Amino acid sequence: MTPSSDSGAWRKAWAVFVKDITSEFRTRYALSAVLLFAVTALAVVSFSVSPYSLEPDAQSAFLWTVLFFSAMTGLARSFVREEESRTVLALRLSAAPDDVYLGKLMFNAALQGAVALVVVPLFLVLMDITPVAPGVLAASAALGTLALAASSTIVAAIVSKAKSKGALFAVLAFPISVPGLASAVRSTTVALRGAGGAGTAVAVGVAGAAARTTGVAVARSASAMAAARGDLLALTAYSVLMIAASLLLFDFVWNE
Amino acid sequence: MAGSLGLCGQQPYTDFELSLEQVSHSFGKRRVLTSVSAAVRAGQVMVVTGPNGSGKSTLIKIAARLIRPASGRVVWRAGGRELGMDAAKGVVGLVSPELTLYDELTAIENLLFFARVRGWSGHGLVRWRGLAGAEDVAAGGGARARARAILEQVGLEGRGDDLVGTYSSGMKQRLKYAFALMHSPALLLLDEPTANLDEAGTEIVRRIIAEARGSACVVVATNEPEEVTWGDAVIRLGGVA
Ligand SMILES: Nc1ncnc2c1ncn2[C@@H]1O[C@H](COP(=O)(O)OP(=O)(O)OP(=O)(O)O)[C@@H](O)[C@H]1O
Ligand SMILES: [Mg+2]
Repeated sequence: MTPSSDSGAWRKAWAVFVKDITSEFRTRYALSAVLLFAVTALAVVSFSVSPYSLEPDAQSAFLWTVLFFSAMTGLARSFVREEESRTVLALRLSAAPDDVYLGKLMFNAALQGAVALVVVPLFLVLMDITPVAPGVLAASAALGTLALAASSTIVAAIVSKAKSKGALFAVLAFPISVPGLASAVRSTTVALRGAGGAGTAVAVGVAGAAARTTGVAVARSASAMAAARGDLLALTAYSVLMIAASLLLFDFVWNE
Repeated sequence: MAGSLGLCGQQPYTDFELSLEQVSHSFGKRRVLTSVSAAVRAGQVMVVTGPNGSGKSTLIKIAARLIRPASGRVVWRAGGRELGMDAAKGVVGLVSPELTLYDELTAIENLLFFARVRGWSGHGLVRWRGLAGAEDVAAGGGARARARAILEQVGLEGRGDDLVGTYSSGMKQRLKYAFALMHSPALLLLDEPTANLDEAGTEIVRRIIAEARGSACVVVATNEPEEVTWGDAVIRLGGVA
């Protein structure tokens, strides 16, 4: 069954999403764990490392490490919880796999989005960073959030069936998430540093033209967007592929 | 508690039939069911009985198509044809000790959630309406009205807006009946039907089964001698070797 075969499919996925959001608001089951981790990690590093001692690529890698582990601590719970509280039987009896998957994906994306909205500004403040290209940073954060939600949703679904959940989660999450993370780290580096370095001749040319008319800041951000474009596209493609593969795979996972 | 539970004539299948054809199942090396065959038609009650660990609950889950049997077939038939897997979400009403509803949602929220993921939406409403009056059709009012009506039938009126986590075990068992009946199932599967229920609760179960005889297939798994007498047919599962 595909979502498009049924006009009510989105409504059903939406019902799963609303149910998870309601549960989350009442229990703070995932959000408290995630925010605690993210804020602690940010604080520890920013207090112990001088803000100026990290290069933009290291800063970017650090940001995504925090976001990755936040996703993995919190989002894993969406399925494990159904399994552990034994509500999974009623859900399997009532809901089609695609609707469950899409609902959980939306929930994970919303949760990860909320985490990013807290973590990214906090990161900029604590590390004393002014991004060269805020637009690229926002795009990287948004697409990276979707990528993390997509990869952690399917990993969580697989892992919820396993006995030794924690270990398996780490083992699976790593290879599945790395391609998406690598793109996110690169485009974020560009956002923080600007389009310096090799291979951006065209972008610099465009930027040069723009600089004469609208000023240096806009030019830098335009050239950064041009430099980050490939990685942002790769990030989008990664999410699309991950979601498509998950929809195919999820039927098998859900029905054991 | 007068009035109909809305089981009769509401579901899409009036001639539903469940057949188990030489169903066998094992968990790892442990053989649980060996070549069980049986059939129930709408209007009949089948009782499955046997000692603890003999596979009653397993058979119920196989009949619900929650577990695929190691060998043999489970066939759901209605309107002269076999129903595929995609029919499953509308067919089964299950009450079981293994079933848990969401503790952090209220009873009404639980029932509405399951109605929605089952596709209770605008155009599906006529089929699902059941107890709800025609005036409630707009904007989910139908589902809510039906949820309230069903909660009243199982004796939980006035507690519908409480979190399920605050329910007693008998109240949770009653709520499972509301969950199972919300969508007027064609196949009602009751595992340990009166677990945790008081006398009034047991009476409600008797009434539900009596009413389900009007149009649904009922399978009851139990060890209570009295409940075994409810069946038109009885399957006795052996002890485990
Ligand atoms: N998920 C499972 N994994 C492994 N073994 C299982 C599983 N579910 C059931 N079993 C085994 O299958 C056998 C039958 O279990 P089942 O729950 O069907 O028995 P039952 O007849 O319902 O018993 P009771 O009267 O105690 O409810 C038992 O030996 C049980 O240990
Ligand atoms: Mg049992």
